[in-house]
Amino acid sequence: MQLYDLTIHELTALIKERKVSAHELTRAYLQRIDEVEEQVGAFITRTDELALQQAGDFDNNPVDKPLAGIPYGLKDNICTSGIRTTGASKMLEDFVPVYNARVAACLEDQQGILLGKLNLDEFGMGCSTETSAFQTTSNPWDLQRVAGGSSGGSAAAVAAGEVAYSLGTDTGGSIRQPAAYCGLVGLKPTYGLVSRFGAIANSSSLDQVGVITRDVKDCALVLSAIAGYDSQDGTSAKINIPDYFADLSGDIKGLKIAYPREYFRNSTDTAVARQVKRALHAYEQMGAIVEEVSLPHSEYALPAYYIISRAEASTNMARFDGVQFGLRDVKADNIVDLYANSRAAGFGAEVKLRILLGSYVLSSDCYETYYLKAMKVRRLIHDDFTRIFENYDIIVTPTTPTTAFCRDEYRGNLLSLYRNDILTVPVNMAGLPGISVPCGFIDGLPAGMQLIGKPFQEKMLLNAALAFEQAHDYYKARPALGGDK
Amino acid sequence: MNREYETVVGLEVHVELKTKTKIFCSCSTEFGAEPNTQVCPGCAGFPGTLPVLNRKAVEYAIKTGLALNCEIAEVSKFDRKNYFYPDLPKAYQISQYYMPICKNGHLDIEVEETKKRIGITRAHLEEDAGKLVHQGTITSTEYSLVDLNRGGMALLEIVSEPDMRSAQEARAYLENLRAILLFAGVSDCKMQEGSLRCDANVSVRPRGQTELGTRVEIKNLNSFRALEKSIEYEVRRQINAIEDGEELIQETRTWDEEKQVTRAMRTKEDAQDYRYFPDPDLAPVYISQEWIAQVSESMTELPNQARQRLVNDCGLPEYDASILTLTPATLKFFDEAITKYNQPKIVSNWIMGELNRLLNVNNMEIEDSRLVAGDLVELLKLIDAGTISGKIAKTVFEEMFSTGKKPEEIIKEKGLLQISDEDTLKGMIDEIVAANPKVVEDYKNGKEKAFGFFVGQLMKATRGQANPAIVNKLLQERLSRE
Ligand SMILES: [Zn+2]
Repeated sequence: MQLYDLTIHELTALIKERKVSAHELTRAYLQRIDEVEEQVGAFITRTDELALQQAGDFDNNPVDKPLAGIPYGLKDNICTSGIRTTGASKMLEDFVPVYNARVAACLEDQQGILLGKLNLDEFGMGCSTETSAFQTTSNPWDLQRVAGGSSGGSAAAVAAGEVAYSLGTDTGGSIRQPAAYCGLVGLKPTYGLVSRFGAIANSSSLDQVGVITRDVKDCALVLSAIAGYDSQDGTSAKINIPDYFADLSGDIKGLKIAYPREYFRNSTDTAVARQVKRALHAYEQMGAIVEEVSLPHSEYALPAYYIISRAEASTNMARFDGVQFGLRDVKADNIVDLYANSRAAGFGAEVKLRILLGSYVLSSDCYETYYLKAMKVRRLIHDDFTRIFENYDIIVTPTTPTTAFCRDEYRGNLLSLYRNDILTVPVNMAGLPGISVPCGFIDGLPAGMQLIGKPFQEKMLLNAALAFEQAHDYYKARPALGGDK
Repeated sequence: MNREYETVVGLEVHVELKTKTKIFCSCSTEFGAEPNTQVCPGCAGFPGTLPVLNRKAVEYAIKTGLALNCEIAEVSKFDRKNYFYPDLPKAYQISQYYMPICKNGHLDIEVEETKKRIGITRAHLEEDAGKLVHQGTITSTEYSLVDLNRGGMALLEIVSEPDMRSAQEARAYLENLRAILLFAGVSDCKMQEGSLRCDANVSVRPRGQTELGTRVEIKNLNSFRALEKSIEYEVRRQINAIEDGEELIQETRTWDEEKQVTRAMRTKEDAQDYRYFPDPDLAPVYISQEWIAQVSESMTELPNQARQRLVNDCGLPEYDASILTLTPATLKFFDEAITKYNQPKIVSNWIMGELNRLLNVNNMEIEDSRLVAGDLVELLKLIDAGTISGKIAKTVFEEMFSTGKKPEEIIKEKGLLQISDEDTLKGMIDEIVAANPKVVEDYKNGKEKAFGFFVGQLMKATRGQANPAIVNKLLQERLSRE
């Protein structure tokens, strides 16, 4: 075992016992990045100097906080004061925020060690990092395959041992899908649990900042650090935040688990579905009650999601117009050309497509037939879940229809690519918490199981995830990379 | 105006609410700061920043809604109004389109002694845009600078029904609306500084026709006068066009203050699709009955209540009452004065006459002047005591207005004390009579004018300071002895 293979709670123990200093740990991670980054391509910006400085500060003046001294990475759509934040877009290639995202401030406050900013699909729009303006991140389990997306850099960096954990954002599965593809735990919290302040908006009513870690306990530790009310975010929930890590027992006796038949039918790769069925069986053996249910409106979730997410994205992208910040066509000699040329040069194809589609569905002729109808569907999906949760504690589905796909596999076949999100999107539409946990390997590639919980019941969700994790050892597996045997 | 046509006017008024901070961030709203010094990443639309609603702005909207007899929505929402313009950093304005905070209100006006009720369709909250500073004109400028100090300030847009039938009615509506907003304490309503902005929708139609004519929106109206003149101009233009057989087009026109004409800006075909939709960054605004009751309790006297009071309790004519209640500062001045000097009509005459004249000449508001109510009272008491004459008092008042000095001080400085001392006056009269034997003859022969001549001479000799009543008495006594 190398230092970079350990979990946060293992590392914290070593640090507390003074068996390793934050400086040594940071050095080990930086060396690991040097070794494997060329293959993985997870980082957009490395912050080596800052990391060593933070490590030194911690070693000189150690504090007792759960994430103190632990190296981590942030998805590059999470603003960091004084550190370039690109959103993986040419538009913001040189953008240096003067403010920290709330979650970035939380981790800074924990005295964590920031190793850098991680790759994503441009502005979070994609599911493979292939729309990043800078690079495509490889899956550490098979470099020919994608790490998933949009938080592909965040997932690959954790899987490759380049960071101990990372934060991502999840609009329709952008944390859970790459976590599943990379054999990791990925949590999208309840909408409103974690502040969105400083996370560059993709689709504001669906976006949520979340966590990618090696195991469930780590996930609980990081969630405890970033969850909570933030007065800077008008959609932030005013609720009491429990300690998610404390009393995680893994005891799930009597837990009522529902599995919706529609989600298994939609799994095009029966192998993943089969793996999740096995997991359900394991749950039963641990004393849970497992029953099949129906979520009848889930087949409309995807089209409704396209309309709502594109609509919101189209106006969120409008501020990137070349006037204030970001890329500007300096040769334009009037304002309309300045807008058109700056946006044409600054945005990639997928972002442009979404702006077009979003602008269309919001136009006065289409507003009712598309946008309003999609909002009604959203309501129905929400009601479907509410109904199930009257009788069940959690819902279990596969996270993705398949394991990680190859680069360029979907070139020219966008609609099939979009179907990747079909199992994760309804969770965002309903604002619920969802977690993906590793549930086995198919042909050497990790498969993920999704657990969906009631609003703000992350604790129950984590406990259920932990029960499964402890009964198996999938989470212990590490991909072979670089100098590894 | 042509009798066969009827004018139809509706007004859209933007009021800057005087919240201390902007509507969605904590930047200051102080007027007149250096460009871009009252800006944060939020109101500059930087990536990742989020709007957080200022509760004070909601409170002011409720207040306004109550003052305008509106229904206050239990749930209202914010929408994004999408358009590109360099003074709009997010490229969308946060406004309320689908579910405004106030609806279905009304306001009463009076023009030429006819009372009328003007409907208010809605009032909604929104954020203001920044300001562009051009080098020269917008078409000739080499480059333009953006000042975002104003961007994100809280605005309330108040939309009337097309219920007004003349430029005068429109003016009366705006004056009344301004008075209400000032009394409610929600805005400074300074048209010159842009904290009260007005657009007018104007159309004409043949008298008797029920459907509305083609509507023109007039922008850039910076004063009551501009509002009135532009509507009058636009009505003439539209009637002429119709009479000439031209087809009117629905368009936006701008008021050219210098040339006193409206000019075409853009037609309906150029109108943008704003792609309104609910802003997902902001939760719906819930307003409880308790909150409304709280705001209602905090409200002080409104103009119409004050008007009633002035008529019923002070015995003032309606006209006086309506002038004195145009701004809270005027009313406060009046109220202060009459507590110390219980002659409402005399006080009212001085405010409506001399004071308003001086304010107009100097283009000032009463609160900007150095005059205080107590000093006016002192002046009135000096007149009553015979210390100065009414005529001299006007001179003193003008001096008080421009220097802020006390009346006694001015009277002493300038030697304006009224001369009532009989011995002094007798001596002067003797001199004048002795110097004008010819006029004395005329007087004796019954020429009335002769008496006036002596009064004039005496006033001249005393620079108007002689007490007229005493002068009359003494002159008569003296001349009867001739
Ligand atoms: Zn601000």
